[in-house]
Amino acid sequence: MSKELDYLASRVIQRKMNRRSFLGRASALGLSATAAGTFLSNAAHAAEPVKGGTIKVALSGGSATDSLDPALSTNTTMSSITRLWGQPLLELGETGGLDPIIAEEFSSSPDARVWTFKIRKGISFSNGQPLTAEDVLATMERHAGEESKSGALGLLRGIKDMRVEDGAFVVELDGPNADLPYLLTDYHLMIQPNGGKDNPTAAIGTGPYVIKDHEAGVRTVFERNPHAWLDTMGHADTIEILAINDDTARMSAIQSGQVHIANRVPPKIAGLISRAPGVEVRSTAGPGHYVFIMHANTAPFDNKDLRMALKYGINRQEMVDKILFGYGSVGNDTPINASYPLFTPTEQREYDPEKAAAFFKASGHEGPILLRTSDNSFPGAPDASALFQQSLKGAGIDLEIKREPNDGYWSEVWNNKPFSTSYWSGRATQDAMFSTAYLSTADWNDTRFFNEQFDQLLFAARAELNEATRTQMYADMSTILRDEGGLIGPMFNDFIDATSDKVAGWRDTKGFDVMNNYAPAKMWLVG
Amino acid sequence: MGLATRLVVQRLALGLLLLLAVSVLIFAGTQILPGDVAQSILGQSATPEALENLRRDMGLNEPAVTRYFTWLGGALTGDLGTALTSGADISEAIGARLGNTLFLAGVAAVIAIPLAILLGLIAVRFRERWPDKLISGVTLASISLPEFFIGYVLILIFAVKLRWLPPLATVYDGMPFGERLTLVLLPAITLTMVVLAHMMRMTRAAILNVMQSAYIETAELKGLSGFQVIARHAFPNAIAPIVNVVMLNLAYLIVGVVVVEVVFAYPGMGQYLVDHVSKRDVPVVQASGLIFAAVYIGLNMVADIVSILANPRLRHPK
Repeated sequence: MSKELDYLASRVIQRKMNRRSFLGRASALGLSATAAGTFLSNAAHAAEPVKGGTIKVALSGGSATDSLDPALSTNTTMSSITRLWGQPLLELGETGGLDPIIAEEFSSSPDARVWTFKIRKGISFSNGQPLTAEDVLATMERHAGEESKSGALGLLRGIKDMRVEDGAFVVELDGPNADLPYLLTDYHLMIQPNGGKDNPTAAIGTGPYVIKDHEAGVRTVFERNPHAWLDTMGHADTIEILAINDDTARMSAIQSGQVHIANRVPPKIAGLISRAPGVEVRSTAGPGHYVFIMHANTAPFDNKDLRMALKYGINRQEMVDKILFGYGSVGNDTPINASYPLFTPTEQREYDPEKAAAFFKASGHEGPILLRTSDNSFPGAPDASALFQQSLKGAGIDLEIKREPNDGYWSEVWNNKPFSTSYWSGRATQDAMFSTAYLSTADWNDTRFFNEQFDQLLFAARAELNEATRTQMYADMSTILRDEGGLIGPMFNDFIDATSDKVAGWRDTKGFDVMNNYAPAKMWLVG
Repeated sequence: MGLATRLVVQRLALGLLLLLAVSVLIFAGTQILPGDVAQSILGQSATPEALENLRRDMGLNEPAVTRYFTWLGGALTGDLGTALTSGADISEAIGARLGNTLFLAGVAAVIAIPLAILLGLIAVRFRERWPDKLISGVTLASISLPEFFIGYVLILIFAVKLRWLPPLATVYDGMPFGERLTLVLLPAITLTMVVLAHMMRMTRAAILNVMQSAYIETAELKGLSGFQVIARHAFPNAIAPIVNVVMLNLAYLIVGVVVVEVVFAYPGMGQYLVDHVSKRDVPVVQASGLIFAAVYIGLNMVADIVSILANPRLRHPK
């Protein structure tokens, strides 16, 4: 039987047979549809990448206002474009850990204060200029400098000195940070000639492609970089990225076969799309999560009992079922889930209207609680707020919902008003996530969380190079946050992408959507 | 023609004044909107330092009045400046986008205007009979549906199910004309369905109005066929209101199609403007606003002048 299956699978991969008839034949051979599907995708993985052709990609997020300067990249369209022409020092490994890219290897001093990155020799930028450690230094200087407008500026704080030593890039930190290599995978930190100081928007890097034609917010065309050095990506001759923000337009583009890869499939219609012929829906667990945030220092949310009442009054599973349509997992009032490198589960908090009512009574608060929400705070936020309202009613708590306009939500409501809906796309490590939003001095402390014990643990964990101890420290911090914090985190949303059966090479990866934005570079056309 | 010339000059001067007023209004509007451009660009990843650096770089620390006059001076000399967000040259970007918008509007107009007038004439010829009722019913139904819905239905039928036409209309520079035309066909049909009813109903009403006149009776008595009476005697006298409504719809095809642009991912002016409004990119909003206002004022002026020229009493004043 297996020989016949192998034969059939190879026919599908060579496009001499379609997927549907393969599944039919496979079930005739006694294989369940799921098993047959897995078999087929394994067979496709085993197949060698095919070179050539044009891969077309439809991505959301792009706008006519986008700049090609990687420092200013803010959306999926731009981070995907950046990853086609540029490369960072290190990249997240597909299944965890780190892949060396421009840094061949790295090491730290025992106290995790001085980090040395050995720069790969013999690679050149797309304009033919050889890459040196000085270029790396200049790049980091540009992003970390006082004049910086970079989205990575926050990550690069706490650097005491950067220098080049014997062709290696050396970073000396104010305090220890065991996570520094992870931070350098950030999508803003693409190595550019002289750091991009001369021309930040030139889009010259060491990536597999170069830009042939670019119209911001519309279309970007890539052709092969003649100086590309990494052969695990860059299979198609040409890549065409279309910025399509309308969900229906993007989905009809993939359904009609006009594009091969599309991101952000709305969960509501993911089931429908997966039944379309020649389209496969790819759901990947990630660190992104949808949240209700309370300012823990502002009345009435400065009362721990009231925060607890709200945390027990939310039905997490219902949110995953009705808002994410099952494409996600329940949260536990901490921003950390299994996508993070050093994760251990903590006890799951469940919906408990009786406990919620008891805590509410203990808080002494009377009257309704005002929650602000908007459509763009996360997909389905107003619906999620209504569900929250209903589940709180079961505990006798009155939630008042105020619908705010999308426009200006991030500047006027989020991180400004005491109780609102929001989302986080997550970070590469616990340390990065906690220091971005939960450290007392964090820039975006959007829950106004000031906890000395938490801060101390965070700093201690940075200096801790023993993984088991660090893992325990992070678990403790999650527990503190879960019990004391202003974060109500009901759900982690999966990334849902769609690919056509004309492309192969998909793998579920860590990081962002569409294979951590690498799908166009790592997939290839079949047949 | 002295009157007509004077009228044109008068209208032009008024139009320019109106444009100036519009530029002030748009500028004031963008100032009132919450949040500034630096905050909008950096979004959730804004730190106080990054915000301050970006604001200083963009000259946002200057007072609003100074920024307005600097821009106005540039615009008068043909320099619309650079976009605050992407640093791209605005005149260049708008040139390409405006070309796309005009192309789509042109294709839609070439289909819609003759079709609307023809249908209007047919409706009058068979008034109160089934062709009239059918035409009115269908066109009114299509104007009553929101345009994104018509767009989606067309995509579903012609792109996803039948696969005759592509669902995306992402045109680009250097695309062959034939291919470009195929791409804009679906959006152009969508727009046609949206503007058809208005023009058709106006044609029908204007001609019916004229049909009450004594000279129509004369024409009928002299033995002309029903269609000849309408086409040769009634239509020329109903031209003024028809031109007016055609111009209004042309203006709509140019300035009001953002929804269709989004649905078909068409790189036109509407999408360009919306992207920049959401980022508070004032120079681009100003420039696009001015162009839209100019189109509107210009087309209205054309309508006025045509109706004057079409009216002998105004053409030869006593």
